[in-house]
Amino acid sequence: MNSAHPVLVERDRRARRAGSLCKPSLPIVLFFTVLFSANAQPIIIGSKKFTESYVLGEIAKRTLTDAEIPAEHRQGMGGTIILWQALCGGQIDVYPEYTGTIAQEILKTDRALSRDEIRDSLAKFGVAMTEPLGFNNTYALVMRHSEAQQLGVRTISDLRKHPELKIGLTHEFLDRQDGWQPLRERYALPQRNVIGIDHALGYSALANGSINVKDAYSTDAKIEQNDLVVLEDDFQFFPKYEALFLFRLSMPTNAIAALRRLEGTLDEKRMIRLNAEAERTKNYTRAANLYFERGAGSGNTAGESFPQKLARWTLRHLQLAGFSLMLSVIFGIPLGIVASRGGATGQAILGFASIVQTIPSLALLALLVPLPFFGISIRTAIAALFLYGLLPIVRNTASGLQDIPRSLRESAIALGLSPITRLWEIYLPMASRSILSGIKTSAVINIGTATLAALIGAGGLGEPILSGLNLNDHVTILQGAIPAALLALLVQWFFDLLDRVLIPKGLRL
Amino acid sequence: MQTKNFQAVLPASLVSMSALIRLIDASKRYGDAAALHPTNLSIERGKTNVVIGPSGCGKSTLLRLIIGLIEPDSGSIEFDDASVTADNVALLRRRIGYVIQEGGLFPHLTARGNVVLMAKHVGKSQEEMQSRLLELCELTRFSDNLLPRYPVELSGGQRQRVSLMRALMLSPQLLLLDEPLGALDPLVRAALQKDLKEIFARLRQTVLFVTHDLAEAIYFGDEIVLMNGGRIVQKGSIIDLREKPADPFVLEFINAQRGVALT
Repeated sequence: MNSAHPVLVERDRRARRAGSLCKPSLPIVLFFTVLFSANAQPIIIGSKKFTESYVLGEIAKRTLTDAEIPAEHRQGMGGTIILWQALCGGQIDVYPEYTGTIAQEILKTDRALSRDEIRDSLAKFGVAMTEPLGFNNTYALVMRHSEAQQLGVRTISDLRKHPELKIGLTHEFLDRQDGWQPLRERYALPQRNVIGIDHALGYSALANGSINVKDAYSTDAKIEQNDLVVLEDDFQFFPKYEALFLFRLSMPTNAIAALRRLEGTLDEKRMIRLNAEAERTKNYTRAANLYFERGAGSGNTAGESFPQKLARWTLRHLQLAGFSLMLSVIFGIPLGIVASRGGATGQAILGFASIVQTIPSLALLALLVPLPFFGISIRTAIAALFLYGLLPIVRNTASGLQDIPRSLRESAIALGLSPITRLWEIYLPMASRSILSGIKTSAVINIGTATLAALIGAGGLGEPILSGLNLNDHVTILQGAIPAALLALLVQWFFDLLDRVLIPKGLRL
Repeated sequence: MQTKNFQAVLPASLVSMSALIRLIDASKRYGDAAALHPTNLSIERGKTNVVIGPSGCGKSTLLRLIIGLIEPDSGSIEFDDASVTADNVALLRRRIGYVIQEGGLFPHLTARGNVVLMAKHVGKSQEEMQSRLLELCELTRFSDNLLPRYPVELSGGQRQRVSLMRALMLSPQLLLLDEPLGALDPLVRAALQKDLKEIFARLRQTVLFVTHDLAEAIYFGDEIVLMNGGRIVQKGSIIDLREKPADPFVLEFINAQRGVALT
């Protein structure tokens, strides 16, 4: 139980505190409005003390600075009450908040308020809000993606069809007024096998199948990390905790306009990714930048046009595939020469290359990542691609050499040529067709496999494919998939041309 | 059996004076099977020696021992009065020309490339190579227009002429031919036989020629070495073989190839 689900913890802690938190004075507000707009003071952004709030604060900062409005971000100032008071008091101009929190903690109401009602209430404090950013950070039930797919469970109602499922819930969720008991009644869930389990342990239990369903927060980074799926709350049982920005009405209009461009641009999947990135790197600016990089369709993405991005992806893709292919050739041909002599060493080399080939590419990446020197880097991607490219080259070099008739080998020996000369001038040229076709196979495999490099942050055409998958956006997927396929064809064609240059004419007649 | 070896009855001094190659009790086994029993043999300079015998008689083993593709299990081989060792075998090979049945031409090199390959490596100049090449074209009746062609663009007979040129390029002391005409059709074969015989005579070349065809053996052979079961059965002229057979196998072999003009 940590910062991954702070909204709700905070709500519990603070919910019972009473009293009006700040009383506005209209003349003062007006005075500051004039003062701030005249002096072009930087916009001060606040954020609460948890990952998601930091990231949203950074996103606001970058949005404002991109619009050439000076902005500062005071990270992790505290909880709701502190931020709200700072906003009312003018120490900050804007901070990210959630609709449920506004209703329950700031406006102290148990009633479901409409947006207009909230807006009117806030205005009394000289505060306004943007429209929701697009994601709802609330309680949710999650399952393993594969299992949900297999059982056909998409919504919480679907759980009724599977009474055998084991449910593991945090103790807090079991006890809450808006927790398990009312949820079970509302959906008429039949499961009796319900246990209380620690939040973090619950993810492990889910992974190893001890439980099938658990509670979570809908933008929890663990959802993506553990390949889980959020079950749709089809009866709208959980209260809405939609994220938005609260800002002072006195804020300059250009800053307000800039912030409002963020409305509706951040769905849950995307927020989960940003949170995951922030938790992994502990670099909130970088996580926020991810929002801008992958902002397909947000209309707010400054910088690269599609052709530029495509060029960058393609260049990186070619670097990944090209460099790893070069390594495969440098190591593969000598290994193939040794392997062609047979014996235990030859068998060992071919065996090793074959085993590497049978490791699924994802698993190979996963195996390399924990090693020192490798980790989450382009080195890992290149090492994996190099290993994949090895087998076709080793095997084709070995078989190309072995296929040279004994009579020709003996002719070369009988002429008195030295072993090195025989290899360079006779055997390798005679095996060149086979060797080149091995290199061609490796190159095409590498172009395809290099799309997986994006998984470990090494970029390439896998980048749009991966973000497209995460956003369930087919157009983005195709932006990577089509160029990758064309690249593979192009490489094939290039090697066909290379054949004509490198394979001696006498072997092509 | 060795006592029946023909040269064993010759004075040793005479043998050593004219022999370019000598096998001294050389033998070779492959696993349990003896490919060549301990054998003594002298190949005299300036003569065409034909090794003949049925398949598996050991004639290929004999040839491969001489060119150093395999090493003898026992005994030794002397080339030009020097014992063949692992250290000098590479150099000795350059003094031997080798032609095999299918020519053994490297398919990725042109006819010219094949012929000059070794000459380039021993550092012959372009001029030297060119003049030697033209000389060989004339000698082997190979049109120099065909030199830029690749082996696949040549006929079987042309390929054997190129292979012969390659073998002769560095003016070897010994020419080894392992059934060089075996894969050719009869007309081409007859033409090449005639040309080869002329060439051998012109060069006064020491030749070791392996064949299984008695007519070819008789046509070329100053000396015929008849082998069977990994041993040399008899060595001598065809007249010797016919009139003084060392073993019943000799007559059996000769009579088996009926219709051969025993000239």
